[in-house]
Amino acid sequence: MMESREFKLSFFQKHGEKIKNTIVIIILLVISLPIILSYLWLVLNSFASEMKYGIIPTKFTLEHWRFLIESVKGYPNIWQVTLNTFIVAIMVMLLELFITSFAGYALSRYKFRGRKTMLLTILVLHSFPSVSLLVAVYYVLRTLNLINSLWGIILLKVALEIPWGAWIMKGFYDQLPWEIEWAGTVDGYSRIQVFFKVMLPLVRPGMAVTAIFGFLSGWSEFIFINTFILNQQTWTLSRYIKGVIGDFRFVDYGLLTSISLFYMIPTLVFYFFANKYLLQVNITGTKG
Amino acid sequence: MGLKKSKDKTKAKHSKKTIISLLLFLGPGVILALIFFLAPVILTIALSLTDMDYRFNWDFVGFQNFIDIAHDFLIGMVIKNTLVYVGFTLAFFNIGLALLLSLLTTSISERSGTFFRLIWMLPRLTPSVVYGLLWLWIFDSTRFGLLNSVREMLFGNVEPLDFLSQHPMVVIILANGFVGASFGMILFTSAIKSIPRDYLYAASVDGAGWFFKVRKVILPLLKWQILFTTAYQTLSLLTSFEYILIITDGGPVFSTEVWALYTYHNAFENFRFGFGASLSLILVIIGLVASLIYLKIFKFKEMIQEPRIEVDA
Repeated sequence: MMESREFKLSFFQKHGEKIKNTIVIIILLVISLPIILSYLWLVLNSFASEMKYGIIPTKFTLEHWRFLIESVKGYPNIWQVTLNTFIVAIMVMLLELFITSFAGYALSRYKFRGRKTMLLTILVLHSFPSVSLLVAVYYVLRTLNLINSLWGIILLKVALEIPWGAWIMKGFYDQLPWEIEWAGTVDGYSRIQVFFKVMLPLVRPGMAVTAIFGFLSGWSEFIFINTFILNQQTWTLSRYIKGVIGDFRFVDYGLLTSISLFYMIPTLVFYFFANKYLLQVNITGTKG
Repeated sequence: MGLKKSKDKTKAKHSKKTIISLLLFLGPGVILALIFFLAPVILTIALSLTDMDYRFNWDFVGFQNFIDIAHDFLIGMVIKNTLVYVGFTLAFFNIGLALLLSLLTTSISERSGTFFRLIWMLPRLTPSVVYGLLWLWIFDSTRFGLLNSVREMLFGNVEPLDFLSQHPMVVIILANGFVGASFGMILFTSAIKSIPRDYLYAASVDGAGWFFKVRKVILPLLKWQILFTTAYQTLSLLTSFEYILIITDGGPVFSTEVWALYTYHNAFENFRFGFGASLSLILVIIGLVASLIYLKIFKFKEMIQEPRIEVDA
């Protein structure tokens, strides 16, 4: 009796998994639509002279990219501004890399009085919202005669990222077994030599992460530039774009999107070619 | 006795070499931290007791600034805005949407899941001015904006909506939420992935549906991650004003002026540094106290164990 019974599966039972997947993906697409559409617009609009329904390009043009050859009226030369941005990003990256790869090692491997206090301080600073110190930082920079100077921005930016960077680097050193170091000392290296010849090459992935995030955070900096840089010649790209956005003379989306896209080149390069770091690394150091 | 003595000895003094290398290794970082963290904290306290303005004179006025804050005609609105902004962004996006995203992206194939998670990381990586521009376009008051284009596409020729002026707080919450959600998403995703599959299979065998599994199995296991995200993001939302500055600059008529932005405007637009410092001192205190409490709650002590071996060479 039982054997002759046929199992009748409904359409939904047969394709249950597939249907569920499709529904989930559709939901995800709908929630992500504002992001997808706005970035799509950013790219399309910078090359289009006419857009249908605000997003569908109907006429191609390179007109909006003219800012690369001739300065926009009332604004500094774009290459000067780009150079400034680049200096900030590179210096933040180098200094951060230098300081945190040393500090991370000391925190991971040396036993010394005050180590605990120092680690606790780092963790407090890590979650402490540093923007709330802006007023006092203005006074500090003014005293050091660093208002209107890119160096002020660079040092400040590096200082604020050290807790995050040192913590990340410490984590990378922690992963290395102490035997490696031990073997080095047995071979007759001094501790400093071991650090340079054995340890540093082994934490290269950590240094890559610190370098990338250091560069991008310097490159994207806005609030400090907006607050501490008053001189157009010392502007960076973020301040430049803010200037154009707030300019009542023209709401020129063509110009805005092309400059923005130009500004986002390093970000996008990282996003498309090194995104494996993005979903893994501890992101608590960034804004949000 | 002998053992104790030798222990005391190692504790009392580091070798000269160790001290020098420690200075070299940690020195630069410590100096920068002293200049840009410690000095500003002390200065904030000192400045909050003065009425310093653009002339930068140290005129101490005691607690006058705090009395002024209490009587400030805008402060009620600023507090209300701050609570609305932090509360809604946190509940709907940084926790709510983050949970939804992590649950949805972990229930499809790993490749598609990663694809969507990467999409949500893009806003976090984008420079703030560019990100602000995107939201300004979405809610543009002419027919060129996304919202008005979609309305035109659906309903034909309708009067364009000036959403940004009518509901500025909604725009601010959306803009911050779309960045904030990715923080929780990453944290929750890795937590969900680490849940043993057996738990979920067992629930399925018992006939549990998706909602039941989420509510009774996954959510209880994510308790700590949710708590951590709430704690961490409350603090960063409370002090963040970058996107607000770019998108509405607190307007129209102070309707999106939050505490941190009010501090900024007072100090850097009205040059009331003393008053600004007292406003920010309140944030600094909240920040410090909260950070210390988090350290206690989240047992960070375990993260700072002594090095396993010390080669004191």
